[in-house]
Amino acid sequence: MIETLVPRWPYVCTVVLMLVGLYGMLGKQNLVKKLIGLNVFQTAIILFFIVQAYKTGASVPIWDARLGAVADAYVNPIPHGLMLTAIVVSVAITGVALALLIRIHRNFGTLDEPELLDAMKRSP
Amino acid sequence: MAESALPILILLCFMGGAVAVVLATLRRPAAAWPITMVAIAAAFGFSLRLLATVLDGGAVRHRLGGWAAPIGIELVVDGLGAFVICVVTGIALLVGCYARWAVRREIPERESTFFAMVLVLLLGLSGIVLTGDLFNLYVFFEISSLAAYALIAVGDKRAVVASFRYLVLGTLGASFYLLGIGFLYTLTGTLNMADAATLLPELAANPTLRVSVAMIVTGVGLKMAIFPMQGWLADAYTHASTTTTAIVAPIMTKVSAYTLIRVLGFVYGFDLASGRLPIGTALAWLSAAGIVVGSVMALAQTDVKRMLAYSSVAQVSYIGLGIGLAQPWALVGAVLHVLNHATMKCCLFLVTGTVQLATGGRTLDDYAGLGRRMPWTFGAFTLAALAMIGIPPTGGFFSKWYLTVGALEAGAGGLVVVLVGSGLLTAGYMFRLLERVWARPAPEMVMRPVGAAAIAPIVVLGIAVVVFGVINTWFVTRVIMPSLPGGMGGGVG
Amino acid sequence: METALHSLRPLAAVTVSLLAVPLIVASRRRPNLREAWTLLAALVKAGIVLSMLPDVLAGRTPACTLGTIVPGIELALRADALGMVFALVASLLWVVTSVYSIGYVRGAGEQRQTRYFASFALCLSATMGIAFAANLFTFFVFFEMLTVTTYPLVLHKETAEARAGATKYLAYTLPAGLALLLAIAITWTIAGTLTFTPGGFVTADMGSRALLQALFVLFVAGVGVKAGIMPLHAWLPAAMVAPTPVSALLHAVAVVKAGAFGVLRVTGFVFGPDVLYSLGVATWLGWLACATFLLASVIALRQDNLKRRLAYSTVGHLSYIVLGAALLNAWSWAGAVMHLAFHATMKITLFFCAGAIYVRTHHERIDDLRGIGRQMPVTMAAFAVASLGLAGLPGVNGFLSKWALANGAIGGQGWFEVSALALSGVLNAAYFLPIVVRAFFEDNPEFVRFGEAGALMVVPLALTAMASLVLGLAPNLGVGAWDLARQVATAVTGGAPS
Repeated sequence: MIETLVPRWPYVCTVVLMLVGLYGMLGKQNLVKKLIGLNVFQTAIILFFIVQAYKTGASVPIWDARLGAVADAYVNPIPHGLMLTAIVVSVAITGVALALLIRIHRNFGTLDEPELLDAMKRSP
Repeated sequence: MAESALPILILLCFMGGAVAVVLATLRRPAAAWPITMVAIAAAFGFSLRLLATVLDGGAVRHRLGGWAAPIGIELVVDGLGAFVICVVTGIALLVGCYARWAVRREIPERESTFFAMVLVLLLGLSGIVLTGDLFNLYVFFEISSLAAYALIAVGDKRAVVASFRYLVLGTLGASFYLLGIGFLYTLTGTLNMADAATLLPELAANPTLRVSVAMIVTGVGLKMAIFPMQGWLADAYTHASTTTTAIVAPIMTKVSAYTLIRVLGFVYGFDLASGRLPIGTALAWLSAAGIVVGSVMALAQTDVKRMLAYSSVAQVSYIGLGIGLAQPWALVGAVLHVLNHATMKCCLFLVTGTVQLATGGRTLDDYAGLGRRMPWTFGAFTLAALAMIGIPPTGGFFSKWYLTVGALEAGAGGLVVVLVGSGLLTAGYMFRLLERVWARPAPEMVMRPVGAAAIAPIVVLGIAVVVFGVINTWFVTRVIMPSLPGGMGGGVG
Repeated sequence: METALHSLRPLAAVTVSLLAVPLIVASRRRPNLREAWTLLAALVKAGIVLSMLPDVLAGRTPACTLGTIVPGIELALRADALGMVFALVASLLWVVTSVYSIGYVRGAGEQRQTRYFASFALCLSATMGIAFAANLFTFFVFFEMLTVTTYPLVLHKETAEARAGATKYLAYTLPAGLALLLAIAITWTIAGTLTFTPGGFVTADMGSRALLQALFVLFVAGVGVKAGIMPLHAWLPAAMVAPTPVSALLHAVAVVKAGAFGVLRVTGFVFGPDVLYSLGVATWLGWLACATFLLASVIALRQDNLKRRLAYSTVGHLSYIVLGAALLNAWSWAGAVMHLAFHATMKITLFFCAGAIYVRTHHERIDDLRGIGRQMPVTMAAFAVASLGLAGLPGVNGFLSKWALANGAIGGQGWFEVSALALSGVLNAAYFLPIVVRAFFEDNPEFVRFGEAGALMVVPLALTAMASLVLGLAPNLGVGAWDLARQVATAVTGGAPS
């Protein structure tokens, strides 16, 4: 097992990050921390794609006359492009989430989940 | 495959509409609703035209920016997609009629933003249905979800919390989906659906493939509220404003179900997903659990909206069950249920919205005796309720029939029992409400007047529920069976 | 031997009362007009059904298809002999019940009369659909429609008791509908067809023995609830909370006969005597039927409420029909079909009498009916005729159907069944005759002079009582009941009652 995992250490790192993110989402009680966990999870996935795109010894995916039209000389640009979109999506989601959190705090006065549930039960 | 501009036109209707609403309401706030209705009506018209085109000549496509696949992103519409987009835009049109009155009552100060968000939601949902690229689907998924989070947050006090919960779980789901297509990309090097479909069969033995399909199913399942990931739905639907629930409940989970059919059936292929991998079986059994849990929870509710929300969990699980069985008749039932459930649930939620805005009532007892005060509304409600239970000749009965026959042919005895037995639970909570509506003395309170524009969509949907049942054969033979993946449509009978 | 004849008349029979519904609702502020619509619809419907009678007697079956409802299955109507019997019973008795209803709801001052008459019209539409259904699917559609449309009628009084009764009604009939749905779906997958065929279309090679037996049980559970087979009968006494015309037509004639009709269709036109004989399930059904009518008669003896006693009596008599079907021979089938019709005329008379008594005196308990014969002689005379008929006295039509059933039992070497029939006849007499005797021969000083109920109520009950007598003496008179019954028996069993 170690033989399969060690050469793939970048992927292992992304998986670890994903697990950290999941822990944050599920294990933490503060809503902001849950949001941070979500962000970490999304970032891990983005990293996963980027890692996939990498080729040993390749250059950035910008045309360079010295390297020519050799595909192996550049890292795969497609995941990079896709992940730009994914980052934008992630930012938008985080923005909406933060707006929601501000609202929640204004309505109920707390961002701690158990307290929030209590406050919700007490108010109509 | 024929080229057509209709898919992009539909998307442009919504995109353009959203921008137009934001700009126009800077000067004239009252312009929000008319612009929205024009956009939706145009999109509906295009959708019908698209359906006719596809039925005549087969699937159509449109290359975005003129770039050919698999490098470029294309929009591909076959019979299934055309069917679903008609359902989506049709429901949107009817809710739009209702929305003018409702939005003015409930959220008057934010009308323009609300309608702009609705158009963005529809943009996202249409994009999911029309696209032929897996990553494009993710983008549209998130567009529609963002709009949904925003729309759901505008409701009663608890709506914000419900929306946040939905946001976290929904984004988690979308992230799983993204991860899944990431694995798919490592395997095949392409994200175009048709392209991947040709490449995947040879890679069947690869363990990465299993992970990718599991991730995708988990992600989409979360959005579809498949057991055990259905927790977010009840709160989200209950606390949102009446218009939001009316538009989100009938179509959002359905589009997620469509995504599942598209990915499992067309990209991976049912042979692979249900035959060689246990995904189909797992999905079928989880759906069965969802049906039971949803129905039982619905029975336990006194708030009518919440009851209907749990009922939605059960009903969407019917579709999941059909997909999981992967048997031709079961798939027919699942796709038909997309139409039938959208119609029934939209009618039911429009009624709860009307009641809430007219009388302030939300619980079962608040509905007592209303049948006499609002006969047309509750007449349609009764038809929709009978359809939910599965009384012929309403549409709801026929989707159940096809699902039952499919389950019998697949030899899944336990699932048949769940399918048939759940009708009883549904009858329990529906008749409980019907009895209160019709057989209790009418309330003395003063009701706020309900505009005809709000009742008309309810009545239309009530009639549609019966009509779609009676003409279901047309849908099945002309639209659904020819669009089933891999020639399954030929093997029924 | 049956030739199909394309005709829209079965469809017309079903839709005529559907069309009346909007007219009834629209004229809700003018009761006389509204009632006129009901009567008109009833008369037209009976007329259409009667018009098909000559064809059916001659062996032709008017039929029409309404289109494909599901790929492979059509919604189709066909008037064959069995369907005719049921349709005649329901439509002719609806005419009489409509007249009676008008008298009753006005006499008893019932509320929500529009909903009442509209629901009635819908129920009769469903009943016609059940009678003329050409295949199991069509049958199921109208069967469920009947459940849904009778619910508002049971719920009519809107009291807590009515709500409880209506809920119980649904609690029994809806699961039955689901069992029936499952049975039909399974039949569709193993047989590939659902069309009713005399002698059955399910063959022993379509599935394992256990599967076919289980399928039959599912079917019986599905139709048996409405047919009051024990222990699925409990909804029937609870449904007596409905107004008496509802109990009379629906729960003594239409709904319960739809269940019994369903049993006949399943045993004779889906499975058929040969298959049932080889599966051995018909014997179980026969015993269940005997147990039902014996038990029901005993329970009836102990009922103090008149309508409840009649309800248990109905449960018992329905099982006569089930027994006839289960005995699988020509005489028993002829008896079953005749009893479908004859029991209807007798039972409806009894319910009409109960209703007339209630309207006049507000009494429902048998103890309070002492001496009422002096005050309401016509009513109690009709009651006497009908109860004697149910007990099996020669001269009233009940005797003929019972005799045919007994003949069938003897022919099938069923000595237990014959004795059960005889015993039940005695029990019938035991729970009906004391009422009659008490009514005529005892005195009750409490009664103030009040006389018969209104003509609108008395004329119908007299008519049905007379019909029972006339048919008892000349069973083929008018509508050819004996001929039709014989046709059915021959078609199903291949033999002929001679």
